[in-house]
Amino acid sequence: MEKLTSQYQSSIFFDELIDNNGAPRAPAAQLLGYLDSLSEDELEKRRLTAEATIQEMGISFTIYTEEGNIDRAWPFDIVPRTIEASDWKIAEAGLKQRLKALNLFINDLYHDQNVIKDGIIPEHIIKDSKNFRPECVGVSPAYGVWAHICGTDLVRDENGDFFVLEDNLRVPSGVSYMLENRAITKRVLPELFENESILPVDSYTSQLFDTLAALSPRDIDKPEIVVLTPGIYNSAYFEHAFLAQQMGAELVEGSDLFVGDDDCVYMKTIDGSERVDVIYRRIDDLFIDPEAFDPESVLGVAGLMRAWRKGNVALANAPGAGVADDKVVYAYVPAIIRYYLNEEPILNNVKTFLCDDPEQRAYVLENLDKLVVKPANESGGYGMLVGPHSTKKEQALFAELITKNPRNYIAQPTLKLSTAPTLIAKGVLEPRHLDLRPFILQAKETYVTTGGLTRVAMKKGSLVVNSSQGGGSKDTWIVETKG
Amino acid sequence: MLSRVAERLYWSARYLERVENTARLVSVYDDLLFDLPKDIKVSWYNLIEILSGEEGFEQRYKVKDERNVVKFLLADDTNSSSMLSSLKMVRENIRTTRDVVPKETWELINELDLYAQQNIKQGINRSERHLFLNTIIEGCQKIIGLFAGAMSRDCGWHFLIMGRYLERADMGTRILDAAVSLMLESEPEARIQLGQVTWSKVLKSQSAYMDYRRTIRTSINGAKAVTFLMNDPCFPRTLAYCFGQIGEAATKLPRAGLITAKVDKILQFDYPLISSEDLDEDFHNHLNDLQIAIIDINHQITQNWFHFRQGDAA
Repeated sequence: MEKLTSQYQSSIFFDELIDNNGAPRAPAAQLLGYLDSLSEDELEKRRLTAEATIQEMGISFTIYTEEGNIDRAWPFDIVPRTIEASDWKIAEAGLKQRLKALNLFINDLYHDQNVIKDGIIPEHIIKDSKNFRPECVGVSPAYGVWAHICGTDLVRDENGDFFVLEDNLRVPSGVSYMLENRAITKRVLPELFENESILPVDSYTSQLFDTLAALSPRDIDKPEIVVLTPGIYNSAYFEHAFLAQQMGAELVEGSDLFVGDDDCVYMKTIDGSERVDVIYRRIDDLFIDPEAFDPESVLGVAGLMRAWRKGNVALANAPGAGVADDKVVYAYVPAIIRYYLNEEPILNNVKTFLCDDPEQRAYVLENLDKLVVKPANESGGYGMLVGPHSTKKEQALFAELITKNPRNYIAQPTLKLSTAPTLIAKGVLEPRHLDLRPFILQAKETYVTTGGLTRVAMKKGSLVVNSSQGGGSKDTWIVETKG
Repeated sequence: MLSRVAERLYWSARYLERVENTARLVSVYDDLLFDLPKDIKVSWYNLIEILSGEEGFEQRYKVKDERNVVKFLLADDTNSSSMLSSLKMVRENIRTTRDVVPKETWELINELDLYAQQNIKQGINRSERHLFLNTIIEGCQKIIGLFAGAMSRDCGWHFLIMGRYLERADMGTRILDAAVSLMLESEPEARIQLGQVTWSKVLKSQSAYMDYRRTIRTSINGAKAVTFLMNDPCFPRTLAYCFGQIGEAATKLPRAGLITAKVDKILQFDYPLISSEDLDEDFHNHLNDLQIAIIDINHQITQNWFHFRQGDAA
């Protein structure tokens, strides 16, 4: 029988596991050799084990359809994606640098705005940002950190270099799936974990706990930490419950909390009220406090902003942190790094055209069929135009949208995302595009996850990896190879 | 423990018990039909009255026959207490409290809910009803068994206990009332014949037949069966046992005083039944008083732990 990996047609893109000559890359060598040693039936058995494990563990995510919300089992590919540890070290340093600069930037925006005064970023970009919150001006969160938890999306180009695709500084999700992916893979391919040096990932929840605990406004042994969820109809509810459980924190909904006359936050327990020190909120800014923002919101807690401004409770991420999440601001991040840290960025941005700029806009409008156009403040892959896959009608629609509101759009060249072998049918490996979302934690100290969440576009040729758009996922191995 | 989590656990247990007891109730009536002499007519509509469902039923159905009654009790989604509605409520409550119950609870409740939905026709048609209802009862028992074997005896556990036994006491009084009204409705000369059949069915519906035999050691009659089901301190489906469990669970929680006082008052109350003649209108009213007391305890539990008042700050 032909070996599994020898029938693999590697693509014209950078493949994470197999080089252009069809040979395994160093960190994937053992893995591929092992996969080749398995029969088709054995491999299929492993795939079924993974499926059963996912159901048993109840790993799911919710998607919205016209028929109502459906809880879907997590789509998972058993073939891990490998990255050389020495490569990852560089990416890790780059992410730390980036987050350090971004936090200095956010803090500056809500205080002196030197970055604007010194002409690094135009004033109107910030003034017109949907995520700049005037309510946050003058607030000084602990350690000057606003974005405590960040999920930055990385991609690799045709040379295998990492690029930052976007920073998610509001309520990034996916980390629980990163941890569960590892748990599943350990059950499916246990033999490999014995022989290889695969760096562990499971310290994340205790690092998250330490990060949150460091924010406590009260200097006490056991600060009360809660995870604030919008509830079971949120697509990431599984993750909210998972993180709360793993940290031993309470999973609360807005109605479980209230702000007392002393401007402190309390939770309603059967023993009476208990003071809350740190809230890991998984609700967007505009819904967290009906008193400060949307009065119609039933998800939040009235007076939360008041309590936060007075320093009686810590919010992670801090409200207003999303200002740096804007895709227009993204274009300025390299300049931001140079400005605050006086260093060259370790990780590059993807080339970005700002529709706000007349010259760049003209280029974009002329090349809509080649570019990816993104709204500045959407997440989850919504409201995008993928030029090469679009119709003339869609392009015309986007031309109109861009002309009407140029500040709200950016465009990027279609990326040549890297691929990795993915099991798409019994005994058949094909290349599929993927990205990587590492998570960066920052309070007193900074942590970066070992690798992160790898998302895979399950459809052939597709570049869309979002799980809400049918993407899947696989385990990510940072492998130490000797020599 | 968060008040909301406590409340959801309490209602999970109530609805789970309601599922089981609705199945038991329909099952008794079903069984009665086989054993009663042909000339005695059982009115299925009794069940609607017992469960205080007249209004909902009449909005939905014109004919008060067996099929409609069973449909209303088991399947109707406009009836918030129907078996399927209750199962749905168990599922929704467990879904948001998965982190405080054993991991397998979620799978078991899904399994039971799926079975009930897929086979509900068996429950409505008489021929396969027994098997269907039995499977439902077993499914409930499985979950209760999981709780018993795998749950820490912390606050969450005590809320489950209170929910389960309050609902059981509530249904227990309703089942007694069902039998009593059946007797009161029939002609005096038919009562003796009817009594023997009815009361052994009631005992069986509570899985109490064997225990009655071993404990009371005489033939079955109304007064003795009812006394057993009300007062026996050891059998886990009697009113005395249920109220005892509620009181005990409450003492493990903060600020239980008002509840234990109410429970103690009920436990002290003795309603002597000398002969089956005593199962009359007065006794019916006594059951009614018990129902009111149960509603009152539920209200107190809600006030104590679920309806948080800021003044209670600890």
